[in-house]
Amino acid sequence: MAEDFVIEMLHITKEFPGIKANDDVTLQLRRGEVHALLGENGAGKSTLMSVLFGLYQPEQGTIKKNGQEVRIKDPNDANALGIGMVHQHFKLVECFSVLDNIMLGVEPCKAGFLQKSAARKRVVELSEKYGLRVDPDALISDISVGMQQRVEILKMLYRDNEILIFDEPTAVLTPQEIDELMEIMRGFKKEGKSILFITHKLNEIMAVADRCTVLRKGKGIGTVEIAKTSKEELSRMMVGRDVQFAVEKAPAQPGEPVLQVKDLTVPGRVHKKDAVRGVSFTVRAGEIVCLAGIEGNGQTELVYGLTGLEKVSGGSLTLAGQDITHASIRQRSKDGMSHIPEDRHKHGLVLDYTLEKNLVLQRYWEPAFQNHGFIKQGEVRAYSDKLIRQYDVRSGQGSVTIARSMSGGNQQKAIIAREIDKDPKLLVAVQPTRGLDVGAIEYIHKQIVAERDRGTAVLLVSLELDEVMNLSDRILVMYEGEIVGEFDPKTTTVEELGLYMAGAKKQGKEAQ
Amino acid sequence: MSRKPNKTAMALRQKGSSVLAAILCILIGLVVGLAALFIINAEHAWDQGFVRIIQGGFYDFPYGVGRTLTNSAPLIMTGLSVAFAFKTGLFNIGAAGQYTLGAFGALYCALILHLPWYLCLLASALFGAVWGAIPGIFKAYLNINEVITSIMFNWIGLYMVNEIVYARGTGAMYDVKSTRTWKLVDTSPESVIPSAGLSELFHTPSTTIAIFLAIAVAIVIWVVLEKTTFGYELKAVGLNKNAARYAGINEKKNIILSMTIAGALAGFGAGLLYLSGGAEWNPLNTTTLPAMGFNGIATALLAASHPIGTIFSSIFISHITVGGSFLPTRYFPAEIADLISGIIIYLCAFAMLFRGVIARKLHADRDIPDANAEAAPQAGKEAK
Repeated sequence: MAEDFVIEMLHITKEFPGIKANDDVTLQLRRGEVHALLGENGAGKSTLMSVLFGLYQPEQGTIKKNGQEVRIKDPNDANALGIGMVHQHFKLVECFSVLDNIMLGVEPCKAGFLQKSAARKRVVELSEKYGLRVDPDALISDISVGMQQRVEILKMLYRDNEILIFDEPTAVLTPQEIDELMEIMRGFKKEGKSILFITHKLNEIMAVADRCTVLRKGKGIGTVEIAKTSKEELSRMMVGRDVQFAVEKAPAQPGEPVLQVKDLTVPGRVHKKDAVRGVSFTVRAGEIVCLAGIEGNGQTELVYGLTGLEKVSGGSLTLAGQDITHASIRQRSKDGMSHIPEDRHKHGLVLDYTLEKNLVLQRYWEPAFQNHGFIKQGEVRAYSDKLIRQYDVRSGQGSVTIARSMSGGNQQKAIIAREIDKDPKLLVAVQPTRGLDVGAIEYIHKQIVAERDRGTAVLLVSLELDEVMNLSDRILVMYEGEIVGEFDPKTTTVEELGLYMAGAKKQGKEAQ
Repeated sequence: MSRKPNKTAMALRQKGSSVLAAILCILIGLVVGLAALFIINAEHAWDQGFVRIIQGGFYDFPYGVGRTLTNSAPLIMTGLSVAFAFKTGLFNIGAAGQYTLGAFGALYCALILHLPWYLCLLASALFGAVWGAIPGIFKAYLNINEVITSIMFNWIGLYMVNEIVYARGTGAMYDVKSTRTWKLVDTSPESVIPSAGLSELFHTPSTTIAIFLAIAVAIVIWVVLEKTTFGYELKAVGLNKNAARYAGINEKKNIILSMTIAGALAGFGAGLLYLSGGAEWNPLNTTTLPAMGFNGIATALLAASHPIGTIFSSIFISHITVGGSFLPTRYFPAEIADLISGIIIYLCAFAMLFRGVIARKLHADRDIPDANAEAAPQAGKEAK
């Protein structure tokens, strides 16, 4: 073995009851490379990384560090071997300062007293060396998500980790922050650190990675040199077939206004101040209006106000000419509003109900499905079978499958089938492709465009700028509870949107 | 095409593992009980001890069986009460209090108002319903944990009822000589639930159609939960409050309704026992809540909150309790039956675990359908 591998995971097999999460997977990480790990949801990426991080023990296979076989029994072992990980959901103590978080667990002590100044010196050095701007004394709860991520990275550096695992690090960042992160990763590479980068996003892999290992259904499909491959090839390896990236759609033909929002104000749930402040816009029949913005700028609350999950504190909502400002959720649904919720496990599904029961969740009370309060079981089954066929929802046992046992993509398909089949006048779709793989994303985008072409007004809330640019007919950017700009996707750029999303720029009051 | 029978087989297997888990709990409970009998008195442990417990009411047929049935009726009801609330995601630990109020309602209507038995039963359900509704309202509107309020309402109910019934020995319902409420058969025979010949059949004074009423209610509850939109809503709220809200279900209303119905069921159970004429309320007992309420939790757990299962688990618990009462007190304390049912109940908490293990064992030899089969080229075959 002439090649200089810092970590080798050889023929790893990890089984869970009934499923092989990793089936003879081999991943070899060279010293000083950025190595991407690509795969659909449920392909086994997280399992593989959990094996490396000592959270799971594999049934078969070996792990080698610098050519020496090692056993990683728990995360402490991983740490001792210089393996660090930035988790998708940060593991930070909110009410601690940046410095406290970084040294937590490895505090420098003298006779039981903390030596904070030594730690501070080190943190400042590291942050200057790698261009990771942080304020050591700020509280985590006060800093932006981007800075929190830098804190997580500093935690790894502070522990002298030389193998850095990034688990979907860009999901929460603005385009500018993503560029910055890519730059930071290149800096690490120069320092000789090795990086494992888990992601679905092909653009980022093409931009920063040297090599890429692709997993599909638990099996390693192969490792490729990024310089010698293309996005198309990677996606084919990941999904097992060709995937369309650009959504095919004809120009929109907007009709009558369907949803009119005027000066809408929605209270925030955490803080006293309003999360949505005087927002006004219109969505017309046959167009997709996209609400872009960084997570936590009031989009969630706006949707809650719109769909009735939260009471609005000011302004008015009109759906197809009817005032629905104070209507109940059921009434809004009857009036023609469909809602693909942001969190499909929290709102979208009763996970322990069968698929058929979930498919009638919005209409079980309709005369078609009940008679004097008794559910027409046969009708429900027939309707569910029809939707499953029509929308190609895959599950182990068809209509009687428990929703919990279905994959994320199929759960989302079920929700979309249910919401679209209601023939809504307005479809509110909140991050409909979050966490899904390219195959499912392609499908869902097609359905949304088809719905638009049928004359439905679509309000799409998305954090993914690719999706925003691809799908929308108009873009509204939200920042700190206000709409700060309206754009035409044909004439704007991701960079321009990014500036508005980050609050660096703001259009005048003409945003409508 | 071959999928259809496969589906039913799967469903059966899931049901089967629940039943097997319950049986496993029972077996382990019996084995530990047997061990306890041997420790207490090895010589008589088997024939005078264990066999009698297993025989239950059949040891003294038909009288014992009659007693089993009499005791089963209220136990089914309190079990249903707990199981019903469980389905809506609520833990009704207040069945004892609702049962107490139900007993009061039934006895008041019978001993004071001399109403016919069916109106007395209705009153017992109503009183229980009110006592269940209050924690429900607190839960729905103020988000106060129903466990805490129901426990407090258990004691509030007990002291209140005792105070009214006893009234320092002057209560109209209180018989100073027996230190209990007046005997129903003497005071208000029209309020006794008809026996339809069952008392003669079993040679007991108090075996009535109560058991059939309880079974009928259990079936009604099962139908409500499984077949109606109301049950659909209740269970949706129980399984995922947020999704229920998203679907436009009024979850506050459902929480209150669920607790109200649970209360009515427990109250009705008290009505079934006290209106059968077999027992009188003892208002001087101020330290223990009616055991029926807590045993209801056990039977609900043993039945995995299934209304029909509750019938069987209640009859079983009554069966071994009656068996325990036939133990020769020279050798064994009657509480040995309580010990066994206690162990079984304790193991019920593990029933979930057993169910998981059994389900896995049953499935191990089967091909698990690949739930994660995403849209892939072989689409045509699946979609027919």
